[in-house]
Amino acid sequence: MTHSTEARLADVSLPAGLEAFSGVTARAPHLATQTQKHGRKLAASLEDAIRASGLKNGMTISFHHAFREGDKTINFVVDKLAAMGFRDLTLAPSSLLSCNFPLIEHIKSGVIRRIYTSGMRGKLADAISHGLMETPINVHSHGGRVHLIDRGELTLDVAFLGVSTADVFGNANAISGRSRCGSLGYAMVDAARAGKVILLAEEIVPFPNAPASIRQDQVDFVVKVDQIGDPSKISVGAARMTSNPRELLIARLAAEVMEHAGLFEEGFSLQTGTGGSATATTRFLEDRMVKKGIKAAFALGGITGPIVDLHQKGLIGRIIDTQSFDAVAAESLRVNPEHWEISTNTYANLTSKGAYCDRVDMVILSALEIDLDFNVNVITGSDGVMRGASGGHSDVAAGAALAIVVGPLIRSRIPTVVEKCTTVVTPGETIGVLVTDHGIAVNPNRPEVAERLKAAGLPVMTIEELYARAISLTGKPQPIEFLDRVVGLIRYRDGTVIDAVRQVKG
Amino acid sequence: MKIVREALAGTLESSDLMVRIAPREEGLEVVLQSEVIHQFGTQIEAVVRETLAKLAIVDGLVVIEDKGALDCVIRARVQTAVQRAVDEWTAEWSALS
Repeated sequence: MTHSTEARLADVSLPAGLEAFSGVTARAPHLATQTQKHGRKLAASLEDAIRASGLKNGMTISFHHAFREGDKTINFVVDKLAAMGFRDLTLAPSSLLSCNFPLIEHIKSGVIRRIYTSGMRGKLADAISHGLMETPINVHSHGGRVHLIDRGELTLDVAFLGVSTADVFGNANAISGRSRCGSLGYAMVDAARAGKVILLAEEIVPFPNAPASIRQDQVDFVVKVDQIGDPSKISVGAARMTSNPRELLIARLAAEVMEHAGLFEEGFSLQTGTGGSATATTRFLEDRMVKKGIKAAFALGGITGPIVDLHQKGLIGRIIDTQSFDAVAAESLRVNPEHWEISTNTYANLTSKGAYCDRVDMVILSALEIDLDFNVNVITGSDGVMRGASGGHSDVAAGAALAIVVGPLIRSRIPTVVEKCTTVVTPGETIGVLVTDHGIAVNPNRPEVAERLKAAGLPVMTIEELYARAISLTGKPQPIEFLDRVVGLIRYRDGTVIDAVRQVKG
Repeated sequence: MKIVREALAGTLESSDLMVRIAPREEGLEVVLQSEVIHQFGTQIEAVVRETLAKLAIVDGLVVIEDKGALDCVIRARVQTAVQRAVDEWTAEWSALS
C-alpha cells in the first residue's frame, strides 16, 4: 500500500470539517456484504422496524387512509406502538374513519396526545366531540395537509404506509397484489416528506417492482404483514352509488347546470367527487357530452367507476387520480395508460408549484349544511358531532372555475340550507351554485352563471327562498347547545383557522 | 275518546316514526325518542300533544320513536295509532287537519 490515502494526502492540510477517505464501506457499512446491500431494509417484524426507525415518545406518526373504512393498518400499528410502551404521540393520518374507533382507548391511555386529520366519523368522532382529548384536533384539507407539512407545522417523524406490493428495496404500489386500493396519492406525500418511511407490505415481490408509486429512495424499512386493508370497504361511507330517485333528480339538475353554466366546451375538465348525487351526476353527463359532440380533457379526483366508464368510452381524455374510490377505479389505474396517479401535493396543495385543482373547470361537491352566504359545512352533523371530512372540498372549491354544491334540501327533518353553518369548512365566496331537489341557487357573486341557467329554463331562485322552503317543511331547528371548550380547529387550506368545533353539551 | 288497547302505527324507516299508544289512567304521558331531538324535540312533542288534544285523548301513554319525520307524518301516524287503540272513533276527520 504505497499509494494509500495517507500517503497521497501527506502534505495536504485538509480544510476544517473535511475528513480523509477511509475505505468504501467505512461510511456505508451496508455495502460490506451482498446480503446487507440488498436485504438491509427488510425488517423481520414491525417491532424491529419501529425500533430501527428511532421513533421516540412525543414524535409524530403518519398514515394514508386510501382503504377508508377497510383500513387495517392504522389500528394495527397504533396497537403495536401501545404494546411497545410509546406515549404522547401525535397521530397524523391523511384521514380517519369509523373503523378507527379502537383509537379511543389509545387516546385515553395517553399513547396518542394530538391528532391532525382531514376528518373523522363514528364512535371516535363522537368521543372527541364530547371532549375526549385535552388538545383540540386539527382538521385540514387534503391539500392543506401537505401545506402544513411543508411549512413545518407538521413534521412527520415516521410514516407507516400500507401497500399491496413492495420489493425488498421499497418500490411499492397498490395496483398489484391482493388488497389493492389503487392510487397511493396520500402515501406519496408522506413517502417524500417523512423522516423515516416504513412500508407495511402485504406481498414482497421480485425487484424491481413497477410501477413504483413509492420509490426505493424514499423508503427506510419494509415489513411483511398479513393484510393492509379490505378494498371492498373503500366505497362504504362517503363514496356510494345511488338508485335513490331524489338523488338522481338532483344529479340530473346538476348535470344540466354543468351543461349550461358556460364552461361545457371541448376540452373542459371536471371533478365529480363523492356522495350519492355527486357520483350520479357523472352518469347524466354522458348523453349531454355525446349530444354536443365534446370531450373532457381530464377528470380529477376522487375517481369513481362512472368516471372510468366515460374515459373508456373516449369522453374523458385523462384521469388524474389521487384516490381511487372503488374497485373499478383501482383496476382502471392498473390497466389504462391515460389513468394517472398523483400525490395530494400535485392534486390540491395551495403552495405546491402546480396543483391540478387550479385547472378544473367544474367540480361537484357535497354538503352537510350550506348557509345563506354559501359557506359549506362537511364536518359536523346537525347535532354538532363530527361526522365527515374536509377532504378536497375547500381545495377544489377555491381552484375550480365553478364549484357546484349538490344535496337534498332536507335530510329527514334536517334542513341542508341553514341560516348559519354549524361549522364552516369552505368559504361561501368559492361556491358558485347550489343544486337541491327543490331548486337551484346561484351565488350573487356569479351573476353571469345565474343568467345562463335562467336562460336554459332551470329553476333558479335565491338561497333565501330555498331556506324559507326548507323551514316551511321542517320547522325552525333549535340551536345546538355547545360548551365553550374547543375540541377541533378547522384549518383552511392556507393553514389559517377558519372555524372551531366546540364540545357538544351532554 | 278513550284508549282501550295497545296499538302501533308507523315504521322505523328514515323520515318516519313509530307510535305506540297504550291505556293509562289519570293523564297523558308522552315519551319521545328522536334522532333530531336536540333540534326539534320541543316541536315534535307539541305536534303530538296537539294532535291528541284534537282527538280529545286525555288519558294514555304515547311512546314515540322518531326518525326525523315531518309534522304532517307525525300527525298521520298519531291519528292512526289512536284509531287502532279506541273502540269507537268519534272524531271528525275534517276537523283534524
